Amino acid sequence: METAVRNTPLTECHIAAGARMVPFAGWNMPVQYSEGIIAEHNHTRNAVSLFDICHMGEFRINGAGARTALDHLLARPVSDQQTGICRYNFLLNPAGGVMDDLIVYCIADDEFFIVVNAGCIASDAAQFRQELPKGIEFTDESDATAKIDLQGPLSAEVLISLGLDADRLPKYFHFNNVKTGGMSCLLSRTGYTGELGFEIYLPTAQAENMWNLLLSDSRVKPAGLGARDTLRLEMGYALYGHELNTTVTPLEAGMGSMLNLDKYPERQFIGSNALRGPASDKQLVGIMLDGRRAAREGTIISNIAGEEIGIVTSGAFSPSLGKAVAMGYISEDFNCGDKLLLNAGRKAIPGQITELPFYQSGSVRKKL
Amino acid sequence: MKYFTEEHEWIQIDGNEAIMGITEHAANELGDITYVELPEEGNELIVGDQLGVVESVKAASDIYSPLGGTVVAVNEALEDNPELINESAEAKGWICKLTDFDESELNDLMKSSGYEKYLKSL
Repeated sequence: METAVRNTPLTECHIAAGARMVPFAGWNMPVQYSEGIIAEHNHTRNAVSLFDICHMGEFRINGAGARTALDHLLARPVSDQQTGICRYNFLLNPAGGVMDDLIVYCIADDEFFIVVNAGCIASDAAQFRQELPKGIEFTDESDATAKIDLQGPLSAEVLISLGLDADRLPKYFHFNNVKTGGMSCLLSRTGYTGELGFEIYLPTAQAENMWNLLLSDSRVKPAGLGARDTLRLEMGYALYGHELNTTVTPLEAGMGSMLNLDKYPERQFIGSNALRGPASDKQLVGIMLDGRRAAREGTIISNIAGEEIGIVTSGAFSPSLGKAVAMGYISEDFNCGDKLLLNAGRKAIPGQITELPFYQSGSVRKKL
Repeated sequence: MKYFTEEHEWIQIDGNEAIMGITEHAANELGDITYVELPEEGNELIVGDQLGVVESVKAASDIYSPLGGTVVAVNEALEDNPELINESAEAKGWICKLTDFDESELNDLMKSSGYEKYLKSL
């Protein structure tokens, strides 16, 4: 079946700016602009970049009982999530496998806004529609909602210089409804780069105005999905379809402590029985390679004895560190500093298990 | 005389040496180049042997030798500064030099005008 690649409301802006467009999760997206991935990566680390993330999906769930229902559908608790807070969460299958990783915004006591991966919109929507009790309203607002990310240490200053009151800027993993340039939007202090940054949600019809308004500040430059990927990889952030998929659990992905399984031992959610069952020996690790050469997804990981112990899920040259980094799953006990071999092509690349994030100097948690 | 391949390599003949690299078009297509695996000096190659690898942020691309010959020099500057290929693909970004090549193998390659036509056909 051939599926048409969809354009975002900003596609024409990207083409006019000289972007190289590629298909991604069914969307025609900018992978880079004219300056290139490394320049865009560095500009995000050092200044501020703008990303078109309109391809991602947005759902709204409301009605009496929505909170209890979501608490059963999602792996991290929703019961104790306060209004105005964003929480990273997982939609699991009964085996504990990750159907999607997503962010839940608590809008009101029984109203939630959920941001999901572009490639998972249809399967997530089907799961919510199937599992939510009758009487709770589920709306897929993806087509009506634009998402633009402003990321980088100067992002707060840019918003303030556009007229936003400094005290309206949300704290880390909080959100506010704000008005800027005459446009009402939902603004959250979230992102995928490891830098101080914001995600802006507004009606699709206003996407181009907001994009151009933000770019009217000469400090802001557009950045594509290529830089988004190297930025998130340096932070050790999982990417759905790579580190996360329906065959791995959040525990294997190293995110078990987020689930608070010990704090809420009686809590039942889809996948909870599997997660409380026998522990898996598969673990996601960060690997720092010994040079600039990258090990790509699918590369076999061996121990020093040459025995196959795992597989790379993401790998690239890290512009901030000047050497290649990778993430992957290994099925063997390990310690940070353990040496590994990545069997890419003709020569194995040596590396060692490294604590995440690879890049430690990000401004993501900077106090404003 | 300068020659080109359909795989976007260039070969500049300079006396008894053939200097090789990837074309500006290839460098632009790859984007920011982050790593170059160079051949070893003294390697004897035949046409089609893998000469090295050029990696960008998003992709890795094997380079195959368009000529047979002996590798007499490699551009060691690329080890620490692979971005030289982005800045100057057809000069400072050269990859290696060969000697002992068979001039008849050059007949299979494109000249500048032919390569330009080939690029337009892509």
